[in-house]
Amino acid sequence: MDFISILSIFVMACFVGYYVVWSVTPALHTPLMAVTNAISSVIIVGALIAAAASGAPGAKWLGLLGVVLASINIFGGFAVTERMLAMYKKKDK
Amino acid sequence: MEHAAVPAWALLAYLVSGVFFILALRGLSSPVSSRRGNRFGMAGMLIAVVTTLVTHVPMIQGDNFNSYHGPDFGAIAWVLGAIGLGAVIGLTTARKIAMTDMPQLVAAFHSLVGLAAVLVAAAAFLNPASFGILATPEEFMDPTEFAKLGLINPVSRIEMGLGVAIGAITFSGSVIAFLKLAGKMSGAPILLPMRHVINLGTLAAILGLTAYFVVDQSPWIFWTITALSFIIGFLLIIPIGGADMPVVVSMLNSYSGWAAAAMGFTLHNSAMIITGALVGSSGAILSYIMCKAMNRSFISVIAGGFGADSG
Repeated sequence: MDFISILSIFVMACFVGYYVVWSVTPALHTPLMAVTNAISSVIIVGALIAAAASGAPGAKWLGLLGVVLASINIFGGFAVTERMLAMYKKKDK
Repeated sequence: MEHAAVPAWALLAYLVSGVFFILALRGLSSPVSSRRGNRFGMAGMLIAVVTTLVTHVPMIQGDNFNSYHGPDFGAIAWVLGAIGLGAVIGLTTARKIAMTDMPQLVAAFHSLVGLAAVLVAAAAFLNPASFGILATPEEFMDPTEFAKLGLINPVSRIEMGLGVAIGAITFSGSVIAFLKLAGKMSGAPILLPMRHVINLGTLAAILGLTAYFVVDQSPWIFWTITALSFIIGFLLIIPIGGADMPVVVSMLNSYSGWAAAAMGFTLHNSAMIITGALVGSSGAILSYIMCKAMNRSFISVIAGGFGADSG
């Protein structure tokens, strides 16, 4: 991919992000923040690439540590969101 | 050297995971669809992780750079072990934490994303060849310049510098936000004298060094950018009062997205670019919406310290 293609993808995704959350109900601010946090652990993709790279062992260890950190965030982030949403559901009934 | 070609199916899979993340954010905007939204998020993440695992299997390297002796099962076990370890820690923490401690937990989670971004940037800096971000010889007029092995593509250096800076700011800022929310640090704003001058100076130094990084790839520049960014993250958050912390956490969330996007540019990875941009922009809008809901001025919360009456 050349720079212009990835820049186009980036700009389009920025606009989607901009429009998608405007209608959020105030009660859902915290869960939305929690799920956004979980999603931001997509950085794990970079960490996995670093951990799988051959050569420079130091870089590989940094990648592995990154995988652990991002993985904590993925599992913890989605689980926490699930817990919060379960609580809201009870309150509604 | 060109970026390693990513197979078309992997690009499609990354696109699907991006769409799932959009559906997740959309779903979380309304109580009716919120739980389905969270499931979409999990599915998107699963697709992104599995795709990367399959396309980036660790290989035992042969005698020269492009020859391989089959998959490196030891390294694969390490990677899966790292994911498993994270899963255990993450799930136990999420299950044990008291509901009232949620805001600081989210802040703590952000710091992990920030630190992970710093680690990925450092790994790319230390091992540019395997990330396919080395400059091509014809980009340099002087062949002796290129002979100094491991010259990183100048554009990648800017992206890397920005990625490590935003990641480090996210990390140290989130740590402060966590300490304030958890009551381990006073929620009262700490106002340093001349803080605006110090902050602007540090920011200018980070940007200047990132620009200089393009012409000089010395390690000290990379590490100084990292160190200064850790410091500015700290400086930006200490003057903000405890009452404004939720907005700050949301803002840091947005930063973590930008950090992921910057690293996505470095690695030419569409999953990280799409998702990072989504998180970055929606996080910024969410902070703005939260400010409105709490009747705070967005600019004064972000600039720090002005809205600190109820800390």
